Amino acid sequence: MSSTEARVPAGLLNPAERELMERTWRPRRGLWGWLIATDHKSIATRYIITAFVFFLLGGIEAFMIRLQLARPENHLLDPDQYNQIFTMHGTTMMFLFGVPIQLAVALYLVPLMVGTRNVAFPRLNALGYWTYVIGGLFLYVSFFLNTGPDAGWFAYVPLAGPQFSAGKRVDVWAQMVTFTEIAALTAAVEIIVTVLKQRAPGMSLNRIPIYVWAVLVTSFLVLFAMPSVALASTAMLAMDRLVGTHFFNPAEGGDPLLWQHLFWFFGHPEVYIMFIPATGYVSDIIPVFARRKMVGHTALVLSLVATGFVSFGLWVHHMFTTGLPQLGQSFFTGASLMIAIPSGVQIFCWIATLWAGRPRFDTPLLFVIGFIVLFVCGGITGVMIASVPFDQQAHDTYFIVAHLHYVQMGAFVFPLFAAFYYWFPKLTGRLLSERMGKWNFWLFFIGVNVTFFPQHFLGLMGMTRRVYTYLPETGWGPLNLLSTIGAVMIAVSVVLFIANVVRSLAAGLPAGADPWGAHTLEWDTASPPPPYNFAHIPVVDGLYPLWERSPDAAVVTGMAAGKRQVLVTSVMDAEPESIYEHPGPSIWPLIVALTIGVTFIFGIFTPWAFLVGPALMFAPLVLWFWPRRKEPRERGFAEEPA
Amino acid sequence: MRLPRALLALTAAAALAACGHRDLSALDPAGPQAGRIAALTWYLVIVGSAVFVVTTGFLLYALWRGGRRVENYSGEAAERHIHRWIYGAVGVTTLILLVTLIYDFTTGRALASFAEPDALTIRVTGHQWWWQVQYIDPVPSNRFETANEIHVPVGRRVRIEVQAADVIHSFWVPNLHGKVDLIPGYTNTTYFRADRAGVYHGRCAEFCGYQHARMDFLVIADPPAQFAAWYRNQLRSAPAPADSVQQAGQQVFLSTRCAMCHTVRGTEAGSRVGPDLTHLASRTTLAAGTLPNIRGSLGGWVLDPQSIKPGAYMPPNPLEPDELHALLSYLESLK
Repeated sequence: MSSTEARVPAGLLNPAERELMERTWRPRRGLWGWLIATDHKSIATRYIITAFVFFLLGGIEAFMIRLQLARPENHLLDPDQYNQIFTMHGTTMMFLFGVPIQLAVALYLVPLMVGTRNVAFPRLNALGYWTYVIGGLFLYVSFFLNTGPDAGWFAYVPLAGPQFSAGKRVDVWAQMVTFTEIAALTAAVEIIVTVLKQRAPGMSLNRIPIYVWAVLVTSFLVLFAMPSVALASTAMLAMDRLVGTHFFNPAEGGDPLLWQHLFWFFGHPEVYIMFIPATGYVSDIIPVFARRKMVGHTALVLSLVATGFVSFGLWVHHMFTTGLPQLGQSFFTGASLMIAIPSGVQIFCWIATLWAGRPRFDTPLLFVIGFIVLFVCGGITGVMIASVPFDQQAHDTYFIVAHLHYVQMGAFVFPLFAAFYYWFPKLTGRLLSERMGKWNFWLFFIGVNVTFFPQHFLGLMGMTRRVYTYLPETGWGPLNLLSTIGAVMIAVSVVLFIANVVRSLAAGLPAGADPWGAHTLEWDTASPPPPYNFAHIPVVDGLYPLWERSPDAAVVTGMAAGKRQVLVTSVMDAEPESIYEHPGPSIWPLIVALTIGVTFIFGIFTPWAFLVGPALMFAPLVLWFWPRRKEPRERGFAEEPA
Repeated sequence: MRLPRALLALTAAAALAACGHRDLSALDPAGPQAGRIAALTWYLVIVGSAVFVVTTGFLLYALWRGGRRVENYSGEAAERHIHRWIYGAVGVTTLILLVTLIYDFTTGRALASFAEPDALTIRVTGHQWWWQVQYIDPVPSNRFETANEIHVPVGRRVRIEVQAADVIHSFWVPNLHGKVDLIPGYTNTTYFRADRAGVYHGRCAEFCGYQHARMDFLVIADPPAQFAAWYRNQLRSAPAPADSVQQAGQQVFLSTRCAMCHTVRGTEAGSRVGPDLTHLASRTTLAAGTLPNIRGSLGGWVLDPQSIKPGAYMPPNPLEPDELHALLSYLESLK
């Protein structure tokens, strides 16, 4: 720092205070520092990488499924391997990739987008991540020990019950769900509180970026949907299997359909837990690349909220062949069609914005365009299967497989790739290659269509899902081969993406703070952002803070540089209310996560684990919350000469 | 985008044309129930394709038009203009959805009102991985049991009552009707009618474990007279062995493991663990649609079912060649 910079305006941090701030927030080095980290960017980055690794594992499983089905009577996999692999594919993609990565990206972006220094509960954040990793590792270690679950990712009872799935395979599945639930719930709580109480001054509710709205709605979905599957799998299924309860056993007055209701009451909102943040990416990316403000901001926000509410009224459309009363089913047909309206509103607003703006066809926008096309296609097949009579033909066939992959790949993975390309420079400070990005996009887009479009026909030709093989007389061979060729294209495309990332990390062009001319607050700080995110918390005076800011915009001053302080603001208008001091790095979240791991993993063998586990958890929790005697400034900085 | 789609449609059409051997198409109805659903399907496909083409068309136009702009189209009047288009599009969407909803409901109602009290009643029970079929009649002597093959008379309504013996299965004959789940503890009912004589393939549609892929069955629609003859034959006990080889085969059947699981009416074999074999030789497939019912595959199946359908509950039966020969002759006589 040169001495001329000492003349900072009154109230702003002088170089010495900046130095102090750096030191206050700087993460500790080394393995120990990595284990105790609580910075949201550090946690979220490893969350994203972990979830991406699970995406690759789930992708390899998908690829093996496609190889097995490439021709009739193939013997690459035996039925046992096939059943484990398709179960692992679904479980991985839904529980270890889909939900976690959306929450992980939110944990990275939300504090930056709302202009604060960390998520609301940094140590809880670390706990959530560690719990998720333990759950994922547990599932995959079991899988490699030939104890992979094999009853499908929705584990219908009685097949998944004690009588027809002996051994521990289904227990592993049920307990993995528990781990990811805990992780998702902690993330949801952090996001809700961060969005509602830590926004930068001036970011009243009507100025929240759409992506932030999207993850707020998503977090509420997590909060209300997850307990349902927690009850069904962690409590009832595990107890049926471990201690001989009969929740799902019809011979003892239990009910197999109860499982389906509880599971899909979670399972359908889960689809929207993945989809709503994806529309959030799209609604924040389109204005940047159309170089125009979004058409219909209020309509988009209301659509998100409406989608969130209606998503809880759809679950029975997974159960149209179970013989439920017709009148009851009609409501769910109605709701399933109704949810197309808010989705339609969003699509029309996106198209209108592109039409009225001056689109610039960089890779993020290409993925967004691919998303719109695939999402329209998947949405239309969704309207088709909302019909009870049609669904009675399509249910459990490859038509459903095609539909769900159009909406998952199209409406979730494509926006996610758009987001990768868009925010990668912010995370790393380097740009990805546009040329490789375009190859990545086109291979992916064509690959997804070649893989999944033929599956619509296969379904109508009678090919049921979850079959490890089929006879040549069925005539399903050629379309299955085509589908497998598409899967090869997708695989090549993903490899290209990884190559692009590796190349860019090694030799990518420097990105600067804002390579896209974007409008949200995360682009107002360096790339990658410093540990404290913003030297001064910005004051927001518009919906597009960076586009609408006057040159002499105000910033927040007066926060102590030597403490981990965040500004707490009011829910509606983001008026400053108080300054709250965040806890620092801590090892205890990891220790508590390990005790949770011990409890649940041993809990599949003996119910005593649920008595011993909490006892183990007690001491680390006490230490976690033990009040510190010294102010962090005194303790942390008296030791080092400044 | 366009080109691959067109190619796919062509491939699919070719594949559909080539698949005459096993008819499992939901779009080739052989009765009124599947016919109504097929009509609804075509409506959904046509309207859905139109919506897709129009929406994608707007998107491509927007990209082309926007790409040529030098200045944004914005300002208050512009927003109002754009909003009018959005209101219009939302209105059209809602209208299409409403029409679809009404068509869905009327179709659902028509399917449900196909019920008839004096339809031919067949109870189908799902087992891991085969189908138990019982013809129900008010007169007990008119009832009988078979497996994996359902004969129905052309032109008469059939009531199928489904149950599950172990896990959830799903009964699906695409040419005749949509599927209905077999759920332990529940009895579900479905009605259909075959208007064309023919052999229709059915499958288990709900994942039911290890051999879910090999749990097929046949619905054979016969002209009424032929059906009546078949029905009379099925009511009879198994024919007595006609020669000494068949006699020896029956002894093999009754003295080895066969009789511990299977029934042959008219003999001492009365166990109900596996499929009823009283008229085994009258069926066209073995092992729930896995093999054709010919001597070679029957012999292979009896000796080593685990290499054909791994995980099935039938154990291997190591028989001496002359025992096997006799057993097969006996089983082939069970017409």
